[in-house]
Amino acid sequence: MIANQETIRTIILEDKRMDGRDLTEYRQPINVDLNISWTAEGSTKVQIGETVVMAGVKLSLEKPYNDTPDEGGIMINAELTPLSSSEYEPGPPGMKAIELARVTDRGIREAKAIDMKKLCVVPGEKAWFVSVDIITINDAGNLFDTAGLAVLAALKTAKYPVVDQETGAINYKEKTNKSLPLTKEPLSVTVYKINGKLLVDPTVEEEKTADARLTVASDMNDIISAMQKGGETPLTIEEISLMVTLAIEKAKFLRGELNKFLQ
Amino acid sequence: MAYPKRLDGRKFNELRPMEAKAGVIPNAQGSASFKCGKTWAIVAVYGPREIFPRFLANPKKGILRCHYSMMPFSGSGERIRPGKSRRAQEISMVMEQALAPVVDLSAFPNSVVDVFIELPQTDAGTRCAAISAASIALANAGIPMKDMISSVAVGEVDGTVVADLIYNEEAYPAAVSDIPVAMLHNTKEISLLQMDGEISKESLLKALELAKGATDQIYELQMKALKERFVSEVEQ
Repeated sequence: MIANQETIRTIILEDKRMDGRDLTEYRQPINVDLNISWTAEGSTKVQIGETVVMAGVKLSLEKPYNDTPDEGGIMINAELTPLSSSEYEPGPPGMKAIELARVTDRGIREAKAIDMKKLCVVPGEKAWFVSVDIITINDAGNLFDTAGLAVLAALKTAKYPVVDQETGAINYKEKTNKSLPLTKEPLSVTVYKINGKLLVDPTVEEEKTADARLTVASDMNDIISAMQKGGETPLTIEEISLMVTLAIEKAKFLRGELNKFLQ
Repeated sequence: MAYPKRLDGRKFNELRPMEAKAGVIPNAQGSASFKCGKTWAIVAVYGPREIFPRFLANPKKGILRCHYSMMPFSGSGERIRPGKSRRAQEISMVMEQALAPVVDLSAFPNSVVDVFIELPQTDAGTRCAAISAASIALANAGIPMKDMISSVAVGEVDGTVVADLIYNEEAYPAAVSDIPVAMLHNTKEISLLQMDGEISKESLLKALELAKGATDQIYELQMKALKERFVSEVEQ
């Protein structure tokens, strides 16, 4: 592992990677399986190379928050399961899972990708709340982008469950054909910096040897909705500019890949 | 007999459509996916590896540990809060005991073999699907095993003995019993036996007899999944 990390740092100076990819090339295959879980209102299994992530949407009717009585809400949670890597242990979410959940959450929330007002049923009394759970199946690197793609795909395919008009109870076993009020489609792309070079879609070993990373969520109009810098090495403004450009370009690529499966 | 025809049209001894696959998680030593109708279990095996906390270590043989977990969106009702429920802990324990008779960890003292189970969707019979998947995953990991374990629920719905109950049968508005069973293939011994509901001794024995044929079918599917995995590895 350590020897590999040394090699990664050396060969990247010649724009080379251990698996022979270009620095800005994603692994193959990119697969999106939709509606993998009949119990979820929306669900997907996304694969980038050997990394596999599932995401599931559950909807519930709850009382809106006092400061936003005419809005519903969204919550994104991530579980880095011990099933997906020997590095994860059972137990409450660690820092890595919390960061993954929060960065993905901000990408969707801050873009106002879901029209929260349209989630409201009765102001001050009842509104739809959207819970999205990210579950890792095999972590072979780049969970940020894989999870972001999975969450967007799950939201796009989600259908409201049937609500009993008399009792107001949700019948989770029956779905309507009504989709969530999704107004934008933000996707996360994380650009890594290793030995002065920029790359996307890292393997686990590349993640470990990286000096810094920048996650950028952007929508189809190239508007940025969330960013997160990681790693202990600082970035220059010039580097950030290059990273954002690359992230927006790759978000378009991922959106194109996703659309192949949505047809 | 007030249950003349099953809710989903199956014969009384007929299992739901099943699908098994070995080697689905590259990071794991062994893994499996097992679908039984709308119930789906994914299992990964890690180890033998060092055990933490260390006081759990057994100097005579390795320990088999199961971790059963339903994904938050896998229940047919509201979202399930993540984290270990009492139910998940009990199922993990009975799974360990169901698999223990065939797994030989005497060559791995002080170590642990961890079996992680995740369910993306469920419609009853989750512990049985998990055990059948775990047996494939353990074999796929190369853990020494004396036999395969195949598991299915049997029971009685309003006087009729049936195999592989779905949720709507468990909830049928009459006398119902649900009996998850795990069986060693060669000896036909039973390593998991739980039951809830109500049933007579005669019906219980009839149900357990039904479990033999049902687990035989699952065994065939488990072996097929392992052979397919082996062939695809050789071809590569």
